[in-house]
Amino acid sequence: MEILVCARRVPDTSENEIELNSAGNDIERDELVYSINEPDNYAVEEALQIVARVGGNVTVVTVGGEDDEEILRREMAMGVQHGVLISDEAFTRSDGRGLATILKAYVQKGRYDLILTGVQAEDGGAQVGGMVAAMLDYPFASLVNSIEVLDGKKLKVSREIAGGNKEMNEIDLPCVLSIQTGINEPRYVGMRGIRQVASLPIPTFDASELGVDPGSVGESAAKVKRVDYFVPTLGKGAEMLQGSREENVDKVFELVAAKGGL
Amino acid sequence: MARIFAYIAHKGGVPDDTATQLAATAKQIDSAASPTAILAGWGADLDAACSTLRASYSEIWKIASEALAYPNAELIRQALVSVLPSGSILLVAHEHFGIDLAPGLSIKMNSAFVSDVLAIDGVEGASLKVVRQEFGGQMSTHVHCDISSGAVVTVRPGAFKPTESAAVVGLVVDKSSEVGVLSAGRRYLETVVAESGAVDITKFNILVSVGRGIQKPENVAIAQELADAMGAAVSCSRPVVDAKWMEKSRQVGSSGKTVKPKVYLACGISGAFQHLAGIKGNPFLIAINKNPKAPIFQVADIGIVDDILEFLPELTNRVREMKTAVAK
Repeated sequence: MEILVCARRVPDTSENEIELNSAGNDIERDELVYSINEPDNYAVEEALQIVARVGGNVTVVTVGGEDDEEILRREMAMGVQHGVLISDEAFTRSDGRGLATILKAYVQKGRYDLILTGVQAEDGGAQVGGMVAAMLDYPFASLVNSIEVLDGKKLKVSREIAGGNKEMNEIDLPCVLSIQTGINEPRYVGMRGIRQVASLPIPTFDASELGVDPGSVGESAAKVKRVDYFVPTLGKGAEMLQGSREENVDKVFELVAAKGGL
Repeated sequence: MARIFAYIAHKGGVPDDTATQLAATAKQIDSAASPTAILAGWGADLDAACSTLRASYSEIWKIASEALAYPNAELIRQALVSVLPSGSILLVAHEHFGIDLAPGLSIKMNSAFVSDVLAIDGVEGASLKVVRQEFGGQMSTHVHCDISSGAVVTVRPGAFKPTESAAVVGLVVDKSSEVGVLSAGRRYLETVVAESGAVDITKFNILVSVGRGIQKPENVAIAQELADAMGAAVSCSRPVVDAKWMEKSRQVGSSGKTVKPKVYLACGISGAFQHLAGIKGNPFLIAINKNPKAPIFQVADIGIVDDILEFLPELTNRVREMKTAVAK
């Protein structure tokens, strides 16, 4: 099976406190730790497990710039056969539809049986996979948390629905699936593994090589634009305990006893 | 202003809770709007859901087809493309069905797509101004969406409060004949109900709930000791289950259990909305987190910035001291 995984490099929320920059128009990006978007990493692991069972190849593609190569190399160190970078000035600040337009063009250059994305990017809208599927007229399933390869160019997939229940579906190949976290346990990648793939070539494609009309992507074509960032205020805010740890422990103990009964 | 539709999910003849929320969302986009509900399904269940909605929508479009007896988003997308006027704004709840349906629908409708909307800031010309969140709720953003060729908008459940409006007696319009033969490369097989697990976290007055901040599977024991001392149970947020440190049956949230404890101790939990969606009954919420900016502090009653791995054992000792004193 030929599998394409669409992945992105994003600020890692488990490694960073995301803060507003001084101008108030973006997050503070200095010294941010970036990594592969977490659900995308699960998608790559799932692809590797599928080809280990039924044979085939895994390609990971990302739309971005030179900095984004690091996630491709990381995933190649996991065992992915090919990493591909799609890069063009014209792609800057594309919205979800723009990204889907670019990825669809890449998909059409190859012959993929299965296209995976993560369910959602840290700064995204859970949209690109479903859009690529619609553009290609491929079947689509979101929130996928298990995949079984069946005979006759079909998969059996489960979707995560409310309450931890699973919706089982049969889906024809080729198709697009968005992968939910927890579907598997992604393998560990050490620095040694990344060094071993450091010199492997990463082919790069631009708009003209993909046959993408620059007018259909990028900021000018975007129907949806992020104007700024701001710090959310949801509720009234907690009463923050400022005492010593001992005082705070006492206070929490009293509150739990009073409110919950001990 | 474009015509506004709300796609209403329903089950067992009952419209989803989000039905009235989507009506409220439509009113915030256009106060003069009289949004149209649109439902797909089959048989008596569909008719019952349409009938209930007559109290909150002035017009209800019904798409009945045996193929839609189970809401397969791949088929419903085709049906909606046949029925919706071009240039419409369609609102859908941002949950597992909407996530499945909506992005592809925006492509087929050639309209804009904006997901998981929390608030509407109004419309200026062809620009719909909305609020979204990114980075697991750590940051909000203002987003402008060009609706000149219509839009598909998914709306966060619970973000919009239903408005009190004058009683209506809605008209049900049968649109079934406008839909051709439906077929898709994805077929629904069955629903597998979640296993209940050895410990039923929905039965406890106090929950010690752990998140990513617990750091290692071995550390779950620290929370378990506190829970044992308090007669509580240990529950958790999604990352702990994803990492296979706890069973799925312990997960609180929209994709896990819905709990109604009296006290909820959120330990090293950031407070993503999917997690908060599983906490009902307005418990007394105590949050302990190393990150002072964690969104959980915005919704908690009491907040403590501290390392749970040090704080929890001391709290356990405090509870044990009390128990020993009482025993004497």
